[in-house]
Amino acid sequence: MSLMSFFNRRTSAPVARERLQILLAHERGIVGGKPDLVAQLREEIIAVVRRHVMVEHQNVQVKMNRDADISTLEIEVEIPAPVPLGAR
Amino acid sequence: MAKVLVVTSGKGGVGKTTSSAALGAALAHGGDKVVVIDFDVGLRNLDLVMGAERRVVFDLINVVQGDAKLSQALIRDKRLENLSLLPASQTRDKDALTEEGVARVLGELREKFDWIVCDSPAGIERGATMAMRHADVAVVVTNPEVSSVRDSDRIIGLLDSKTEKAENGDRIEKHLLLTRYDPARAERGEMLKVDDVLEILSIPLIGIIPESEEVLRASNMGSPVTLNNPASAPGRAYFDAARRLKGETVELTIPSDKKSLLGKLFGRRAA
Repeated sequence: MSLMSFFNRRTSAPVARERLQILLAHERGIVGGKPDLVAQLREEIIAVVRRHVMVEHQNVQVKMNRDADISTLEIEVEIPAPVPLGAR
Repeated sequence: MAKVLVVTSGKGGVGKTTSSAALGAALAHGGDKVVVIDFDVGLRNLDLVMGAERRVVFDLINVVQGDAKLSQALIRDKRLENLSLLPASQTRDKDALTEEGVARVLGELREKFDWIVCDSPAGIERGATMAMRHADVAVVVTNPEVSSVRDSDRIIGLLDSKTEKAENGDRIEKHLLLTRYDPARAERGEMLKVDDVLEILSIPLIGIIPESEEVLRASNMGSPVTLNNPASAPGRAYFDAARRLKGETVELTIPSDKKSLLGKLFGRRAA
């Protein structure tokens, strides 16, 4: 074990503290003003997409990362190709 | 052939979640495809112990109720690509776990994984009975302490009567995992010894996890102790237990944390 890692090993409690602060801020709704804003955005964005195109569950991939300064919400929707006119 | 393993105990706080994460990661480290499922609906914590709390999108209840596909709810571990987590819901209650829904999800998981590790909630209510219901193997986590041993005995009774295997006349494979064990105190007669617990519960021993600072350190970091410090005493003990679960014969020892010279000089390391 290097000297650096020996000293780094002392830092686990601050890591725990920071992880909890971020998590609880999201769960209590301090971030975004309501409980789990990012999850609510996810639901509503998908509902809007569904209003216009029929998408199956498996064609929607959602990734979230709740962080202290910035949270990210990635929604990837595979929209089926329109049926060509001649094929109707 | 996939195996469904339930990690259970009856009593809370004995190390079910720690053990689920550590055993899941140890099995995955050996190359098997592993998923760990949190059955503690309403009080999820496996995501936090595994360091995935910021990435939870969908959960077990969403999949049970058909609101999300399994592939959308599974969270792949960032350290081991063959380790996945299926988190519990934080906002629903345990009644949302239907027997048919859980059976369907486990059936789908059996096609994709070698090990399905079900982290049971404490107690003997719906969450706990659903976690054990379809198990092939049970790991009963027990502390060398009277109330934990009593509750383990109760859980062993439920494993022998309320599981699908038991109802079909089969025997569910049960193993004892003794956690927070302190050999020195046991030797001084201040703690139940391994043999005392084995004699009372009479199920085979799968491992002894020594009391160690490393367990708290790993949970602080959001990493299973088998990944956070594989060479530590609990890390090695969990790796040995995982090998026994796979059917290997591993000599039973109680690993200990050897303190480095610096550690001795400074007395103790902060957890």
